Amino acid sequence: MNASVDQRPGGPLSQLEGHSSTGRFERILREGHFAVTSELAPPDSALAEDVYERARMFDGYVDGMNATDGSGAHCHMSSVAMCALLTNVGYSPVLQISCRDKNRIAIQGDVLGAAAMGVSNVLCLSGDGVQVGDHPEAKAVFDLDSMSLLETLRIMRDESRFLSGRPISSPPQMFLGAAENPSAPPFDFRPHRLAKKIAAGAQFIQTQYVFDMQHLRDFMARSRDLGLLEQCFILPGVGPLASARTALWIRNNVPGIHIPDEIIKRLEGASEPKQEGRKICVELIQQIREIEGVSGVHVMAYRQEEAVGEIIQQSGVLEGRVPWYPGCEIQPSYA
Amino acid sequence: MYKVRQWSVTHSRKLEALYRNFEPALMRLHPLFKTLGYGHLEKPVRVLEKTIKGVMFDCQMCGKCLLSKTGMSCPMNCPKLIRNGPCGGVRMNGHCEVKPEMRCVWVEAWRGSQQMRNSEAIRQVQIPVNNLLKGSSSWLRVVRDDHAARESEAAQ
Repeated sequence: MNASVDQRPGGPLSQLEGHSSTGRFERILREGHFAVTSELAPPDSALAEDVYERARMFDGYVDGMNATDGSGAHCHMSSVAMCALLTNVGYSPVLQISCRDKNRIAIQGDVLGAAAMGVSNVLCLSGDGVQVGDHPEAKAVFDLDSMSLLETLRIMRDESRFLSGRPISSPPQMFLGAAENPSAPPFDFRPHRLAKKIAAGAQFIQTQYVFDMQHLRDFMARSRDLGLLEQCFILPGVGPLASARTALWIRNNVPGIHIPDEIIKRLEGASEPKQEGRKICVELIQQIREIEGVSGVHVMAYRQEEAVGEIIQQSGVLEGRVPWYPGCEIQPSYA
Repeated sequence: MYKVRQWSVTHSRKLEALYRNFEPALMRLHPLFKTLGYGHLEKPVRVLEKTIKGVMFDCQMCGKCLLSKTGMSCPMNCPKLIRNGPCGGVRMNGHCEVKPEMRCVWVEAWRGSQQMRNSEAIRQVQIPVNNLLKGSSSWLRVVRDDHAARESEAAQ
């Protein structure tokens, strides 16, 4: 099969041997490229153009973009709808599903609908608690957890049935992802939990922000010892910090994100903290890339989306490769 | 009974041993349970189970007990009801992101499990909770399911 034709931008792709989806994101990873994904913040509007405008900021720099699902338990445009809009014009979105807002009936239905719209990638999350969001009085669902969600989607895809056993005539061909956090206790359990996620169906992992490289190195080394790195693609999460104040606020208020003192000191001492934050991010990406078993990087640049292109460019991880985007005239440079 | 719950995790190995003796004893009661009728027993056993496990583990009576696989830390006390935890929001001090005053149920589960003879059980993927079983006795179900399995095995 001629790869350059088959990786024809936007168009419906054929399913390659050993692939779970027809998506470009899975192809990039399986071909061994260093993949780049980014987080796409959903708009608080009912306007499709708002989604496209945000997506365009990443054109030429990312292999996939994650449409978040009520992240931080805040209300925004739905992930399914964003993904449908994005696939319409040929983007390769990652559908995020949080277990907080929907039960197993709603989730399975959403997955079929998303797959019908051409969505090839799903990231299975438990989700933040409602108390951190803008509707703390809401009922938290949590019918499934990230693990049983993964297993549910694997069953739908591989066994062509719902969790109830009822058959699905045309199963969703999805590339399944999950999250992990190398910087949260219990550290000894984290690699075993990764093993559980792989057993449940995870094929790729996008982690929470990692600012402490030692945490990541330890996590990767232990996962390697367990033989997990051959079984899934790991994309550590990174992002630019706007200032020392922001960094401190995140460290003190967002559980699960650990920012070491050295990073905060660097931001404090910088004359242009925003630029310094981006520089730190570039350095983190370069360090991450050196870690054995890492397959890419997931950039979450909350309120700094415009900086993603520059950060990726400066990190050099694409090695001149230009990920396809709608309207792109460049033929995919990869074999 | 937060303090008692923590005590139970600390003594997970002893409780595991206790349950290992308790379960076969329970199994032997099947003929009696059958004579009395499982339906009739449901309510009193449920009350007994809820009282004992409520005090010891803050049991939420999910109907499908996982305590022996979760280091004697009941996963239904996780505010996100995660049966395959912990989530990524665990605080550096090992406390819960939703309830900062509480230690993460899964940090506790890991602690308890690693003291137990079957320390590997925590690595199994658990299926989602069956909400139809909520509030019912897990003990009776264990006995009934075990005998049903044996009977169907014998029939084959």
